[in-house]
Amino acid sequence: MNSAEPLPLVVIEPTRRAAALRLGELWAYRELLYFLVWRDVKVRYKQTALGAAWAILQPLMTAAVFTIFFGRLAGIASDGLPYPLFSYTGLLVWTFFSQGLSQSSNSVVGSAQLITKVYFPRLVIPIAAVLSGLVDLAVALPVLAAMMWYYGIWPGVAVLAMPFLALLALVAATGVGLWLSALNVEYRDVRYVVPFLVQLWLFVTPVIYPANILAPRLQRLGLPAWLWGVNPMAGVVEGFRWAVLDAPTSPGPLIAASTVTGLALLLSGAWYFRRVERSFADVV
Amino acid sequence: MTELAIRVQGLSKLYRIGERQRYKSLREIIMRTLAAPFRAGERHPPETIWALDDVSFEVMRGEVLGVIGRNGAGKSTLLKILSRITEPTRGRVEVYGRVGSLLEVGTGFHPELTGRENIYLNGAILGMKRAEIERKFDEIVAFAEVERFLDTPVKHFSTGMYLRLAFAVAAHLEPEILLVDEVLAVGDASFQKKCLGKMEQVGQEGRTVVFVSHSMSAVTRLCGRGLLLDAGRVMLDGLADQVAATYMRSDLGTTAARRWDDASKAPGDESVRLRAVRIRTREGTVTDVVDIDDPVAVEMEYDVLRPGEVLVPNLHFFNEEGTCVFVLHDSDPVWRRRGRPAGRYISKAWIPGNLLAEGTLVVGAAVSKHNPLVIHFFERDAVAFQVVDNSATVSARGDYAGFMPGLVRPLVPWETDFAPIGDPRGVAPEERGR
Repeated sequence: MNSAEPLPLVVIEPTRRAAALRLGELWAYRELLYFLVWRDVKVRYKQTALGAAWAILQPLMTAAVFTIFFGRLAGIASDGLPYPLFSYTGLLVWTFFSQGLSQSSNSVVGSAQLITKVYFPRLVIPIAAVLSGLVDLAVALPVLAAMMWYYGIWPGVAVLAMPFLALLALVAATGVGLWLSALNVEYRDVRYVVPFLVQLWLFVTPVIYPANILAPRLQRLGLPAWLWGVNPMAGVVEGFRWAVLDAPTSPGPLIAASTVTGLALLLSGAWYFRRVERSFADVV
Repeated sequence: MTELAIRVQGLSKLYRIGERQRYKSLREIIMRTLAAPFRAGERHPPETIWALDDVSFEVMRGEVLGVIGRNGAGKSTLLKILSRITEPTRGRVEVYGRVGSLLEVGTGFHPELTGRENIYLNGAILGMKRAEIERKFDEIVAFAEVERFLDTPVKHFSTGMYLRLAFAVAAHLEPEILLVDEVLAVGDASFQKKCLGKMEQVGQEGRTVVFVSHSMSAVTRLCGRGLLLDAGRVMLDGLADQVAATYMRSDLGTTAARRWDDASKAPGDESVRLRAVRIRTREGTVTDVVDIDDPVAVEMEYDVLRPGEVLVPNLHFFNEEGTCVFVLHDSDPVWRRRGRPAGRYISKAWIPGNLLAEGTLVVGAAVSKHNPLVIHFFERDAVAFQVVDNSATVSARGDYAGFMPGLVRPLVPWETDFAPIGDPRGVAPEERGR
């Protein structure tokens, strides 16, 4: 009596050419994505004594240290904004990016148990790792609001660009995370490269200093200032301060360049991940 | 009613030997690239093995197929390809309908999460929709009998509770095709019974089941049809009873007892012939399932044909992955360095309880002579048995229910020194005082 409806057919064959991205399948597994994010967040907050407070403490403490050393002692400019606010805003979105990148690059190797036992689109794993950082970002935002209130700084219309910039940070973190998580399966060196990479990346991103420090130097070399946007986080961090703190900058070209590299990272990462994922279960 | 559920055509899977540990470091690659010009001729092709070699079969809708074969026959590889965990090297599979695979109980369970949370997580991992989990939630909880502990992190669960919950989630999966691997090997007898009952029910509901197992009794009870694999090929495809019977009689079987009735075909030479190998409990019964805290004997029955030889019976224990866990050489003082008169011998090695890790152990039996070394026979996969570690056993597992790695699982005495806060004598007074 149940034999009437036609059943879906799945064909299993060796993949010959570069695999398609199969985004439809990813969509079909959106609930799994949700549960993995939920698990990551829940476990992270359960296992640590301070729980959600970490999401605030990390950027806050770093901002304090930066304020003392870079703001006070080194006297680095901050677009005319109070340095603590300047660096906390940058660190907020930077921490989201760097955490997402680190978490996702270890995510596939860390899920070996799942990968060797159940089928699902493997892309779900690194994406979930990045997404779980959004909760931390959301937790740390009210502190930013409080700081802005304290310093009496109010956002302008540009604040509407904030979700887009957060999305761009997400895109960049996922792009890099896809590359690193897939590489990590085959080359376990990645584990050691990541902390180092994150550290270097912080210095080439306008977190500690404003973007206008570098712009004149690029122009002297005959290069356009937006070229720095090749680092997707340059556009995100500079843009984030412009959007939230109404900083007197015009990061439009920088953001545009960062959007292009961010998307390029995401697409190439997804492509590479798809290409090598078929051997994950055999190697991991 | 003869609709096709699975069609497998010419399925093959090539593995490099040791592929599971194949991940490399950049240093290795750089070194190899740099060194390459200097050792042009010495490139060895990587050693490969066909885990599956041109396997073809069809499964009809509603059929319950049991896949049997010894370790390394390709059973697990077949399931992994059918469940899309790994890709075939060649061939094609057509699967009609939603597939649920149960390659392990409790996949993705997180010890820090509560029972309730793990039901949702595990359900999603196994491919259930949230609405579906919600609908079956009460049923799952009732089946697992864990109502009272729903909001306790599963790390505090006993092994039995953990397994019941894990199986309950999996058992409520409702795909058209269910792939099951040996999950019944875990857990105590009553749990196994429950699982078998549920599986039987699934089969009767008209769903297609592919079931891989070492347990011949489970296969013959649950499955209508049997598929015997050996060295990656289909050896036999037919009625489950017949396939299982053939398997037990053949050299392919790894069972608790093996006998060679025809001495001329038995392993050995003109000095010694192997006649039987058995696994026995303390009570003397032959068994293929042993509780981890019970001692177990492996006995080897053999004829010594040429008198006066100094012989050393020895046993080799391998786990499921084929790793040698240990080797035992006969140390019975009576026969040590002493020539043996011709006749029939039974050598028995007692393995104490709480030494072996849980899982399948495959035992190789050999008789050899040292000085000079002569191996009279070495029967590699002579017998096999399961070691079970569950809530009823006293073992190093304690109350932990999750996965425990390790080749052995000894139960050792633990000591704790304690001093209350502020006690000036500290923890180890005799050490400090003198």
